Amino acid sequence: MDDLLQEFIAETRETLEALSGEIVAWESAPDDRDRLDAIFRFVHTVKGSCGFLDLPRLARLSHAAEDVLAAVRSGERTPDTRLVNAVLAIVDRIGEIVEAIDAGHALDDSGEDLLIAALDTGAEMAVPQSAVTPRSPSRSVRLNVDLLDRMMSGMSDMVLARNELARRVRDGGANPVVEAALERLSLTVAEMRDTVTRTRMQKIDALFSALPRMVRDTATELGKSVALHIEGSDVELDREMIEMMRDPLVHIVRNSIDHGIEAPALRRALGKRENGWLNVAARQSGNQIVIEIADDGQGVDTDRLVAKVASAGLRSDAQLRAMSEQAKLDLIFEPGLSTKDMATAISGRGVGMDVVRANVEQIGGRIELRNTPGRGLRIAIHVPLTLSIMSTIGVGVRDQRFAISRQVIEEIVRVGGDMIRIDRIGDTLSATVRDRRMPLIDLGDLLGFGPRPPLMLVIVSASGGSYALAVDSVLDHEELVIKPAAPAIMATGVYAGQTLPDSGLPMLMLDCAGIAHVAGLVFGREAMVEEVEAEAVVPGVQALLFDDLDGVRRALPLSVIDRVEPVPAAAIRFSAGRLRLSVEGAIIPLVALGEWAARPTVSVVRLRDGSAEIGYAIGEALDIVELPETVVPAHNAGPIAGVVAIDGDQIEVIDLHWLFASHADAGTVSDAPLCLFDGPETAWMTTFLKPVLEGAGYRVATALRPGETPRVVVRMSDDPTGSAATVPVVRLRRDADGDDDSIFRYDRPALLAAVARSTGGR
Amino acid sequence: MALFLIAQIAGRPVAIESSQVESVVDIGTVIPVPRAERQVRGLAALRSRVVTVIDTRAALGLDAAEVDAGRAIITIVEGHYYAILVDALDDVAPFELAPLSAGILLDKGWLKVGRGIVEREGEPILAIALDGLIPGALALAA
Repeated sequence: MDDLLQEFIAETRETLEALSGEIVAWESAPDDRDRLDAIFRFVHTVKGSCGFLDLPRLARLSHAAEDVLAAVRSGERTPDTRLVNAVLAIVDRIGEIVEAIDAGHALDDSGEDLLIAALDTGAEMAVPQSAVTPRSPSRSVRLNVDLLDRMMSGMSDMVLARNELARRVRDGGANPVVEAALERLSLTVAEMRDTVTRTRMQKIDALFSALPRMVRDTATELGKSVALHIEGSDVELDREMIEMMRDPLVHIVRNSIDHGIEAPALRRALGKRENGWLNVAARQSGNQIVIEIADDGQGVDTDRLVAKVASAGLRSDAQLRAMSEQAKLDLIFEPGLSTKDMATAISGRGVGMDVVRANVEQIGGRIELRNTPGRGLRIAIHVPLTLSIMSTIGVGVRDQRFAISRQVIEEIVRVGGDMIRIDRIGDTLSATVRDRRMPLIDLGDLLGFGPRPPLMLVIVSASGGSYALAVDSVLDHEELVIKPAAPAIMATGVYAGQTLPDSGLPMLMLDCAGIAHVAGLVFGREAMVEEVEAEAVVPGVQALLFDDLDGVRRALPLSVIDRVEPVPAAAIRFSAGRLRLSVEGAIIPLVALGEWAARPTVSVVRLRDGSAEIGYAIGEALDIVELPETVVPAHNAGPIAGVVAIDGDQIEVIDLHWLFASHADAGTVSDAPLCLFDGPETAWMTTFLKPVLEGAGYRVATALRPGETPRVVVRMSDDPTGSAATVPVVRLRRDADGDDDSIFRYDRPALLAAVARSTGGR
Repeated sequence: MALFLIAQIAGRPVAIESSQVESVVDIGTVIPVPRAERQVRGLAALRSRVVTVIDTRAALGLDAAEVDAGRAIITIVEGHYYAILVDALDDVAPFELAPLSAGILLDKGWLKVGRGIVEREGEPILAIALDGLIPGALALAA
């Protein structure tokens, strides 16, 4: 958060400096719309940043100023000198507070109510009281991007010069001293390059890390509950872009929570989950970074939007009627427009979207909206990759090299051997790699070198599916600075950019999605949709659906089922207090929720939790199904965990935990603590005590096998031998009364407790 | 009077206003760009920068030269660096730009690059705009 605060301070300071000219200009010409917009954007940005940095004073001031400026923008108020002065006083005050925050001073807030009051119509003129606040020295500097660019290209020149020098030295015969010096130079250059590169690139996490807190606070403030999912935090982006994306992202996320996601009660009424869902994802796609913000709220009501635009007189009725649905949706970017009637501290009046678009377009990006009324809004911000370092694999086609982004490569296989088949289906090539059939594109042929039998296949994933790209050779892995190529080259649709690797020869990077498109591969919209859906759905629990003995349809998670087999009814007995099944010479507990005795054979599902085994008698196995995520819990604890809906049917789900907790034998598992009976009374112990202890989960022996150490030794108290001192001993006495530390041999709870204590509490 | 660079393209002299010229270089190895239009000869490295090499003859719709031109004029169009191949460079001198004489109709690719005429010792030389040679640039601007 400190980083964010520092950035906020630096940014505000810088904007204020740039703005001071505008302010003076606005003072002299209050009707100037551009100046007004610039000042409006400033207070709006400050307000947005304050919200998540928790700076209530600044938020209050900027909100008040924004209100007034919005009124001016919409023509409700005219900017007279008094209003201009009042706004300027607030802007000054913002500057003072920012300096105070940076320097760690406290600043008296007494005048602020006055400043805000001065904004009202007919208010007295406020006298701005300026306090002189000393600036604190800063440990960070803000640099011009041009300077960084020059540094970058200088760095690349240096690398190339190093390479040439290395070649010359190699050619001219090796002098160890020169070689060592060159080696050192190489290391330094490599390190430098890394550092210089890092000055520009930043993980988008820097942008996303503030979101969880912001979403939580915003949602709390609005009485909503929102679950935030973040994906792709490690996508790297130009620092400049990250800075420019900060405000748009904040605005969009706030808008989503404020305008998009409904209040919990409403959501419940609409049959949605009470928790709103907000997904923020970044990914690289071709030569762009896409940042996607999707919510499952109410989406945009375009009719209301249109009505609003019409009533504001921004467009004529005829114009509005002629618009496509998408064009209507894009009206959301009209300046000074709001779909929500109430202004809130969170997102204002839907203003911001015009600011958002202005910001995004300023960096050459674009915004795409996908609206599903009632179901949510998906906003995709496409940002060009002006500069990015990418991990690439070099591939060779004939005598030319190309780079492919590692991100899209699934695997690389050599043609030949049984695993890979290449066939022609009609005239189309297809590759079968380990039973997976996919389209094949001969890169050489596509690029006009003419077809040749494929040697290597690079399996890449493009939007919606995978395909194999046949190349002649796969070279090496390189981290490359990818820059956009000239329009005429990008127009081919197969390149993502150009780069200058260490060889000093330019290289093109392939756009694998573009290649699929150019080659005419169609993975189908359905496939894409499916994939998107699949992303959202957590892989469910597979379960066996069956008719139980009592006629009820139930489900059992598949993972615990060892097998299902028919057993003769005679193998089932009610013995020793419960139902037991004898199978394969062993006896396992059996659970039956209905009548089984009348049947000649009973289907038994054998369940295993890793150590214990239980049989579950069923009527008939039906199907394997996927359990839905939501289980309506059962009323009482018991064999049924709850009910799920499968194809409209109510299916009871067996409670495995209850089943194993109440039915499994504590068992004679091999890792159970060993309990040794010692002394002359072992015969009595074996007869009387062994079942008790085994029932409690111990292993019992009267003699040790080689290598075994008992965890506890049970002995009679009158037994004189006291051999194994390292092992705890539980002593038993014959009489109910006794005063030593021994235990009466028929006192079952005390005996078990003593053994448990000795073995370390089981 | 503006400064003009007099160069030879396809055996004809042309005048290029110096404000369009970033530098004049010898082009080394050119890496072809498969699938690109014919006038894109390929990519070349110019110090640490990648430049797009434009085959001027192809851009003008002329037949290919027998010998590859090795000299190029570097120009920047919409932030991208282009190397415009020329046969030779003659001269740099200030000239007065005059409009094309009435009735003279340029043909082929000359039409889209011709901007006027400068006169060198009585010889009229076509003044050209380099961005007219760049494929895709105009389309993008539109």
